[in-house]
Amino acid sequence: MDRNRSRRQILKTAGALAGCGVLLRLSIRPAAATPEMMKDAVRSVIGKAPVKKGKVKLDLPPLVENGNSVSCTVSVESPMTADDYVKAIHVFNEKNPQPNVISVKLGPRAGRASFSTRIRLADSQTVTAIAELSDGSFWSDDIDVIVTLAACIEESMH
Amino acid sequence: MARALIHVPASAKKGDVIEIKTLISHVMETGYRIGVTGQPIPRDIIDDFVCTYNGEEVFHATLYPAIAANPYISFFTVATESGTLAFSWTDQHGATQVQTAAITVE
Amino acid sequence: MRSAVLRVAGLLMRSPSPQRGEGWGEGDRASRQEPPHPALSPLGRGSSERLVIAMVFISAFFCSVGTRAADIPLDQRRSDSDFVSADTRAMQSDDTANPAMLAVLDGETLWNTKAGATNKSCADCHGDAAKSMKGIAARYPAFAAELGRPIDLEQQINLSRVTDQKAEALPFESKELLALTAYIARQSRGMPVAVKDDAQAKPFIDAGRALFEQRQGQLDLSCAQCHDDNWGKKLAGNLVPQAMATGYPIYRLEWQEVGSLQRRLRNCMSGMRAEPYDFGAPELVNLEYFLMWRARGMTMESPAVRP
Repeated sequence: MDRNRSRRQILKTAGALAGCGVLLRLSIRPAAATPEMMKDAVRSVIGKAPVKKGKVKLDLPPLVENGNSVSCTVSVESPMTADDYVKAIHVFNEKNPQPNVISVKLGPRAGRASFSTRIRLADSQTVTAIAELSDGSFWSDDIDVIVTLAACIEESMH
Repeated sequence: MARALIHVPASAKKGDVIEIKTLISHVMETGYRIGVTGQPIPRDIIDDFVCTYNGEEVFHATLYPAIAANPYISFFTVATESGTLAFSWTDQHGATQVQTAAITVE
Repeated sequence: MRSAVLRVAGLLMRSPSPQRGEGWGEGDRASRQEPPHPALSPLGRGSSERLVIAMVFISAFFCSVGTRAADIPLDQRRSDSDFVSADTRAMQSDDTANPAMLAVLDGETLWNTKAGATNKSCADCHGDAAKSMKGIAARYPAFAAELGRPIDLEQQINLSRVTDQKAEALPFESKELLALTAYIARQSRGMPVAVKDDAQAKPFIDAGRALFEQRQGQLDLSCAQCHDDNWGKKLAGNLVPQAMATGYPIYRLEWQEVGSLQRRLRNCMSGMRAEPYDFGAPELVNLEYFLMWRARGMTMESPAVRP
């Protein structure tokens, strides 16, 4: 009796999983990045080093008009001298299909560790900026952003 | 050749930290949008942007699909000497476009 | 009761408008009467309900045929830029950051490119656009004598190409036509909107007004209900502007590219679940004419950035 029940259990579970697989394949929306994927992306870029909050200022509007284009500025406190400068700045997100946004390489010639760009945000989420300093330390800042969409969406033109 | 707009101050004092603004026309197709056929439109993005100052790299960015269409990037550099700033954008297929701007540093 | 009606309709939500200061109160709009939506009945059944419904219908009828909510008073008109986020405004005001400027540069190149059987460029006849096109976009749509009706700037560009350059007309919303439109419109930046509203124009402006005020589509909404009666309120997270068309062609964040006023109007009509008119339709030109007349005297800001 127990063997039959466990066999039925396995078949039921397998059937449910197969059903889920079919649903996933039929879905047209790409899987969004998860906070875990973002953590993995962060690790792959900065290794196992600890990341401290501070020194970095990530500027994003808290309420976004349209996720297609969001102004993003990252600034890092640093004298940007030959001995003490920002080597790199990385920006990550947690809900777009991909966790990376931009990676910037800097040096003392930058004069100021700051850059601006415009990014895409697929949904309300947390965006994180991580700076790597010349002494090997990592610093970060993050912002929660609410993304709303434009009201009247047109039909496809192309 | 994609249209690009670059703003570099025409002149600066030696040691000044100057702001450079760049804008280039590019669809930055993410590869996730579904087209009218029901199939995703293939990814087509600029994934590399470099600025050199008289040949020396002073800024380098790796771009991902999360960068908005018509990428705008502004950054800073120290005005060290007169010369040429060269900006190159490379797409995922390896095609590169270069544009230059002159600067006078006194 | 009015707010209950609106909430039931689920269309518009009240919220304090930052542009008008916190706690935007009833007092600001006490002078404006809004017709109740005849399709909704918040009351229960009964003979008194029928009387109220009749009164509602009659009042809505009168409101819809002439004594409708007034046009926005001239001194209360504000640019659509006032209703976008600070970041979007900043993007528009910086020519190096405004993506529409890429189209303007393309337009400058096209302006100087020879075309058609005549092998002439726009510049060959019109010279320096900064001089010859100054103020032009501010007075379109304009009556085209050869066609006996008004045309907008895009149609005028094509008319000149076909008639004077002996070149092919550029398709609506093509990169080239938008580039030329953006370049020419840029030359009117800072100037007041000055479309003609003489006796010849009046029937077309009136036709445009009728379209603006006409309820349409599955949502049975008119342009006026949002843009005259409920500007400054929120719709799906964004502020409803007055729809003063002073910045076209625009870089719309939703499109991730530059587009014309006609494209934007077609978007709105789709959004209202109405069948949009085709590009170039006289209805759209009449509506454009009315919109520009409605914005008369306001400052041109082409090319603008909008969400």
